[in-house]
Amino acid sequence: MFPSKSDFLLRLTTCLLSWVSALILVLIVWFLFVESELVWREVGVLRFLTDDRWSPSGDFSSAQFGLFPMIVASLLLAVGSILLAAPIGVGAALFAAYYAPRGVRQIFPRIVELLGGIPSVVYGLWGLVVLVPLISAYHPPGTSLLAGIVVVAIMILPTVALLTLSTFQQLPTSLIHSAAALGIAPTGIVRSVILPASRSGIMTAVLLAVTRAVGETMAVLMVCGNVIQAPSSPFSPVRTLTANIALEMAYAMQSHRSALFATGLALMLVVTLLVLIAEQQRGKAGHV
Amino acid sequence: MFDFSSNHAGTNHRLWTFFVWTSGILVFAIFGLIAGDVVWRGIGQINLTFLTDSPTRSGRAGGIFPILISTLGILGLCLGTAIPLSLATAIYLHEFSRKNGASARLIDRSLDVLAGVPSIVFGLFGNAFFAVTLELGFSLLSGGLTLACMALPLMIRSTQQGLRAVPDSFRLTAASLGLSRTSTIFRILLPAALPGILTGIILGIGRALAETAALLFTSGYVTRMPESLFDSGRTLSIHIYDLAMNVPGGESNAYGTALVLMILIVAINVTAGLLARMLLGRHIRLSFHQTRSLS
Repeated sequence: MFPSKSDFLLRLTTCLLSWVSALILVLIVWFLFVESELVWREVGVLRFLTDDRWSPSGDFSSAQFGLFPMIVASLLLAVGSILLAAPIGVGAALFAAYYAPRGVRQIFPRIVELLGGIPSVVYGLWGLVVLVPLISAYHPPGTSLLAGIVVVAIMILPTVALLTLSTFQQLPTSLIHSAAALGIAPTGIVRSVILPASRSGIMTAVLLAVTRAVGETMAVLMVCGNVIQAPSSPFSPVRTLTANIALEMAYAMQSHRSALFATGLALMLVVTLLVLIAEQQRGKAGHV
Repeated sequence: MFDFSSNHAGTNHRLWTFFVWTSGILVFAIFGLIAGDVVWRGIGQINLTFLTDSPTRSGRAGGIFPILISTLGILGLCLGTAIPLSLATAIYLHEFSRKNGASARLIDRSLDVLAGVPSIVFGLFGNAFFAVTLELGFSLLSGGLTLACMALPLMIRSTQQGLRAVPDSFRLTAASLGLSRTSTIFRILLPAALPGILTGIILGIGRALAETAALLFTSGYVTRMPESLFDSGRTLSIHIYDLAMNVPGGESNAYGTALVLMILIVAINVTAGLLARMLLGRHIRLSFHQTRSLS
């Protein structure tokens, strides 16, 4: 099959290296598991949900591993930001594909790409200096769940908009032209032809955006206030699971370190599940 | 594309059009607001001494020179690892493996998942594997290797797309001329796929420059000039975070650093765009000549 020796060698090397690439994922899961094993064995899953407080240092009988307020905060943040970003993102994609003037259609994706390329610390900085004082003027302290939701929504907006736009661009033009030929009004075309035909693509976009929202760390860390509590209103400061890892890893030892890795493993599982569902959605063809 | 901007009566239609236009304009507004804010507050901080001095008083005063060097070091390590690995993986997946074979599918899926792993999880992994297990400690090396793992899926995808864009006739012609697979790949396919490869590298650079969470416990946040790759050093993005959160009065220099970072990212993007267009143009002209000589 391989007439030349160099072909065989190249195939062998590339094959080995591509398994190295695939192995990284296995290594990540392995190390998260090994590092958190202590806590799984000594504490179990349930105490993460039922313990009253989060004070994970010291020996296992006196330490407290209550993650529940942080789980709630992470969940609310993800749900809130996607509720904000999904409609605007899909609207913006519709704008860029069908409504905007020709020149704007050309530069729109470039602008959205740039928006997506802004580092999360810069969003965090902007949130901290501009947005937080604005919220604080209305309802102190400003650093809050709401600030996090707004900043994360802005951060995931490009993901929703770009992926949805590429779904629109893959729709056969004949579909739209036939709908127009049937005399359906433009609004009707969007609502009864374009959107239903792109449903699985939009689902993929939204799910991938949710993975980003769940995993976002720096911006959230900078604008949410990092108080461990279940929020009583959008203006309450909260701490998410990701922010908790970033804040405490530097000095965490033994049971504490192990508990943080356990949190990381849990995040990883949630995100993996979302990605696999999203990829499955992508595989489905759109039907009108 | 179909044009929907025509006038059409009906409140429903007007509401819908209003919603779509608002969404579109909102995206522009948000971009303008954030970019404008960074430029506005950052521009006063940037001058030559800001770029060539060391930070003093925890970064409140002085410049960012050692931080620029650390950033470049980490970036170099990241690319030096990720480029060969991503090229090899993309070549194997697209040129050697059986399409939809079990192993190719498995590798593909694992890369999809890897692309979605949150950066803080990469940070935990990098700390446990590179810093602790491989005993690299908090160092540029730990940080760069962690970033390579993060950038890898993006770069592989992009290279694959580049290879996919090369018409099969190139492969068939090369084979019919008796060229080995190796020379076909290195002499024909990779040069033709260069726009995709470049895009991948740019995306990788963008991701690496933007990253903070994965570096907190791998490269560390020492502000001093790194003396070797085994030294700890902070990147521009960590510097921004530290100044904004941990240093009272550090905001103005945080903005200065943010502007430098944004200029870097935009400059790399623009250069890459131009380069890709230039190469793509050459590629198209090349194939045009070929078709002409055939007819």
